[in-house]
Amino acid sequence: MTPVNTLIAKELRCFVVSPVFYVVGAVFLFIAGFLAHLMVVNAGQQAVRFLQMQNTYAQLNLNELVFRPIFHSLDIVLIFLLPMLTMRLFAEERKLRTIELLLTSPIGINEIISAKFMSVLLIYLGLLGLTGLTPVVLSFYSAFNWDPILTGYLGLALQGAFFLACGVLASTLTENQIVAAFLSFGIIIVFWLMGGLGAMLGETTLGTVISYLSFAEHYDRLVRGLLEAKDIVYYLSGTILMLFIAHRVVDSHRWQ
Amino acid sequence: MIRVQHITKRYGMHVAIANVTFDVKQGEILGFLGPNGAGKTTTMRIITCFMPPSEGTVEVAGFDCFEHPQEVKQRIGYLPESPPLYQELTVTEYLTFVGRLKRLSASRVSSRMAHVIEQLGLGEVRHRVIGHLSKGFRQRVGLAQALIHDPPVLILDEPTVGLDPKQIIEIRELIKSLAGSHTLILSTHILSEATAICDRVVIIDRGHIVAEDTPAQLSSRMRQSEKMSLTVKHPSHDWLERLAAIPGVLHVVQGATPETSIIECELGRDLREDISQFVVEQGVGLLELKPLLLSLEEVFLQLTQQDEQPTPQKDPSQV
Repeated sequence: MTPVNTLIAKELRCFVVSPVFYVVGAVFLFIAGFLAHLMVVNAGQQAVRFLQMQNTYAQLNLNELVFRPIFHSLDIVLIFLLPMLTMRLFAEERKLRTIELLLTSPIGINEIISAKFMSVLLIYLGLLGLTGLTPVVLSFYSAFNWDPILTGYLGLALQGAFFLACGVLASTLTENQIVAAFLSFGIIIVFWLMGGLGAMLGETTLGTVISYLSFAEHYDRLVRGLLEAKDIVYYLSGTILMLFIAHRVVDSHRWQ
Repeated sequence: MIRVQHITKRYGMHVAIANVTFDVKQGEILGFLGPNGAGKTTTMRIITCFMPPSEGTVEVAGFDCFEHPQEVKQRIGYLPESPPLYQELTVTEYLTFVGRLKRLSASRVSSRMAHVIEQLGLGEVRHRVIGHLSKGFRQRVGLAQALIHDPPVLILDEPTVGLDPKQIIEIRELIKSLAGSHTLILSTHILSEATAICDRVVIIDRGHIVAEDTPAQLSSRMRQSEKMSLTVKHPSHDWLERLAAIPGVLHVVQGATPETSIIECELGRDLREDISQFVVEQGVGLLELKPLLLSLEEVFLQLTQQDEQPTPQKDPSQV
């Protein structure tokens, strides 16, 4: 095992014994399951109404009636839940002074940051994988198009990675975990609101640039089933940028 | 083994250490002494590559801390002021983690771990979670962490803080046994500890080195007179004046009890025979007569109080 793998293993070990992980996991899975239930019941009611009015079986579009609303709601849930996973990563190390051990070991700051990021990403992808039960179960009872669901999951994975990177950055900025959590809400919500601002400015150059900076339009395209390189590039570059700033922050602590 | 040359560290306007230079030879134990906030921790953090100095260079085992930090880190075991422990891991999990972090192979980790657990008496707590251990055990786990990769250089920041007297003696024995094969720097403000285990002492005060020598040399260098403590059974009321009249005696003061007196004599003259003869002639009952050596405590106070400023600034690294 390389030091990076060791650090990932240690982070996962700490998550497994931490109540935060179980609370976040349980809340996330409950909300995801509950949303799926609501949307499916809603789709069923629409089908019944359709049958009464037109006396025919309509071809219900589950992608539009069930999955798209689920993806859009989960996005909001992530904004609030993912900072809970990332808040302790660096804040706790600084508070307990264990960062001194990491920074005096033969391991680079980039390795420390990537290991910590990878550990939360693995946790998040694990939780996200469990929500995949919804489309699998529904596929037994109904037919729908899998492609937008796969791009939707890709969107959730990339969106989550970006939020987690924002959280890693927030965690390097303070010793206090609560402050780190709120700071990462703040960063994510600013990116979210840029979408609204961009829409308000409309088709001007500034409006287009601001809209591009917000994750809203990129996520929306992925949920609608459009797989475009510019959206993937947006998420990857955003994630790397956040992690790079986190690297600079950790490095700058050494000079103070 | 360790060459510290002209290092200065500034925190904004505040100068934490100024132009500190010293060398540590292979196999030597160097004691780093100073009041709280003198810059001990800052100097140690610079040697361990935790932070870079504002000016100056540090070389460990021939590698420059700034140019080759990974090489230096590989060769240093560091116990910070507060041991860097993860509360949720067990002792063996933690030591395995640190071993792997220091790039040891899996088989090397397990053999080294068995060794340090034995060395530090951690056998009974090896499967306990660190968060549930007493302070003494935590300190020992911290020390085990510094030793796990068998580094040639050990930097220990106040290694015996929070231990009970028996554990302190054990740790001191352990540190002494490491000398020779390892090069050690340890900081302390317990001066008897430095006298007991260090080959050489550097005294630092407000960021400046004020003295550097062996503990014995330091105390003899600072001594201005020979001191003796005398205890008699029945001192008469003008006993001190009568003692002061002995030729060669400079000054006599009363000690802790009326029966005890502290006699200062001229440097280089042994008056013990004259004094004991005088006491016996007087028939006051000689109980004890012993020479007093200047302790490191006194040397330390003399050195650090010479130009005391009224408001010493606080070192931010010590918060």
